[in-house]
Amino acid sequence: MILSFVQQHIELIYIVILSIFLGIEVISRVPSVLHTPLMSGANAIHGVVIIGAIIVMGEADEGNYLALILGFLAVILGTLNVVGGFVVTDRMLEMFKSRKSR
Amino acid sequence: MSFSVLSIIYLIGSVTFIIGLKMLSHPATARRGNLIAAGGMTLAILGTIFLYENNGERLHNHGWIFAGLLIGGVVGVLAAKKVKMTAMPEMVSLFNGMGGACAALISVVEFNHMVSTPSAGIATAILPSLNELPGMENASLGGRLLIILLGLIIGSVSFAGSMIAWGKLNGRIKDYAFKGQHIVNLVVLGLSLLSALYLVATIDKHVGVELSIGNGGGLAVHVAGIVKFLFYLILLLSITYGILFVMPIGGADMPVVISLLNSFTGVAAACGGFLYNNQVMLTGGILVGSAGTILTILMCKAMNRSLKNVLIGSFGGAKAGAVKEQGQYKSIAVADAAVVLAYAQKVVIVPGYGLAVAQAQHVCHELEKLLEDKGVTVLYAIHPVAGRMPGHMNVLLAEADVPYEKLLEMDQANEALPTTDAVLVLGANDVVNPAAKTDPDSPIYGMPILEVEKAKMVIVNKRSMKPGYAGIENDLFFQPKTSMLFGDAKQVLQQLIAEIKQV
Repeated sequence: MILSFVQQHIELIYIVILSIFLGIEVISRVPSVLHTPLMSGANAIHGVVIIGAIIVMGEADEGNYLALILGFLAVILGTLNVVGGFVVTDRMLEMFKSRKSR
Repeated sequence: MSFSVLSIIYLIGSVTFIIGLKMLSHPATARRGNLIAAGGMTLAILGTIFLYENNGERLHNHGWIFAGLLIGGVVGVLAAKKVKMTAMPEMVSLFNGMGGACAALISVVEFNHMVSTPSAGIATAILPSLNELPGMENASLGGRLLIILLGLIIGSVSFAGSMIAWGKLNGRIKDYAFKGQHIVNLVVLGLSLLSALYLVATIDKHVGVELSIGNGGGLAVHVAGIVKFLFYLILLLSITYGILFVMPIGGADMPVVISLLNSFTGVAAACGGFLYNNQVMLTGGILVGSAGTILTILMCKAMNRSLKNVLIGSFGGAKAGAVKEQGQYKSIAVADAAVVLAYAQKVVIVPGYGLAVAQAQHVCHELEKLLEDKGVTVLYAIHPVAGRMPGHMNVLLAEADVPYEKLLEMDQANEALPTTDAVLVLGANDVVNPAAKTDPDSPIYGMPILEVEKAKMVIVNKRSMKPGYAGIENDLFFQPKTSMLFGDAKQVLQQLIAEIKQV
């Protein structure tokens, strides 16, 4: 079963492995000053889960109230994650900028 | 056609995430990086809504989708704009929890969809020979269930944990631990994982398809009750584990926990990528998963603690043993402190969590300007883990327009401290505790600290003699050079400013 799973998703598994190394590479040289904004920015990026929520919502049948309600909730929560995350990060970084321009 | 356009959009989205994250790790480009990632996300979301199709079927329920986006968007912007700079860490935790919940909900819906709809997967589960047919090879029920369950477990642990972390940071939830909690935690997690494994391994045996010729006709799926029971049991166990896992961890370690949960949510999002064969979810999720893990380890390093140490919470256990006989401390009046500062040549301010809670960053900047006008050199010594999150102090002081050149990192600060006349410690504690260098039995032994005791005089502002987050006494307070200035950081600073103006 494991073998067939790997076989079916081999391209995705390549993406996973390369992304892992990419993530490590990108982050490992970050100054500690930027840890908080970076965490917040990464937080916003994993909000990409919203796309799954949109697909769930968009595929739900008219009469399937459970799927509609849960999907709707998922879209709201996902949007909160994305929008809130990016706005908070921007607010943090805005301050860094005003400080730089002095 | 539209699907290939969507593929390109997803490709662009993935690239913007990578570039965004890369730019976020350099101060000069950080803000633009954030905007680029946000742009990529917007593109991916719109592309999904209008272009996504599965077996030739477009998405419907656009009204619902836009309503959800609108509600989430408005609430998200308002919450993010309104939150105070000091409350940023808990806001990040809250948003992280939302993402985790979103991933868990997707799993719940997809599970219900899977067990109620006749699909190629179920058909092949019953007739394995169908697997041989062309176009059927993508239909493995167990594999799909495995991904759904992973998304469910990781998402709900992340959700429950983030909510507890959020509650703890804003003071609504207190630390809570009971004897043998680690064992209980492990049992809860183990049960949840075992149930998941059992489900994945036996799902083929639990589903059946009936051919009904009556009303409507067609295939109907019936699934053994135990499957649904176990699924919701796993959900419940995972939420319980998330709560139990964060409950005993002290406030000082919350940044590490939030960062860890952040990478969990990334992995949960990546499960969605597997589920829908969606590359942008996969890249985004895994990128955050691995970057988040590295960030967590970096944070631990800054505090000189191993991740295991944080999670098992050795601080809690060390509390009892750390009480020892201390000498006398002396306190100083505001007027005297004002004189000391006004007549010093060089003053170093060490901001800590106390400054953040008191929202004293603006008053602090005022004091700094006042002293500078009097010809005193004022610098800030920033410990990497001062406050509630790495970089927290930098963000706070930047908000108050403190010039960048005045902020010294730890190494620079330790070079400057021996030539400093007076150090003003504002609500920092563990980061200036000399025990980290001198006492091998101390739980914070080995943590790099700001060596404020090398300055000529140290004035420590604290609300009381209570120990800091590490729960240990600080020898610094009892040294002859040290004077204690009790009170809320903001009030004390205001009084200091008033006094210095009269000097």
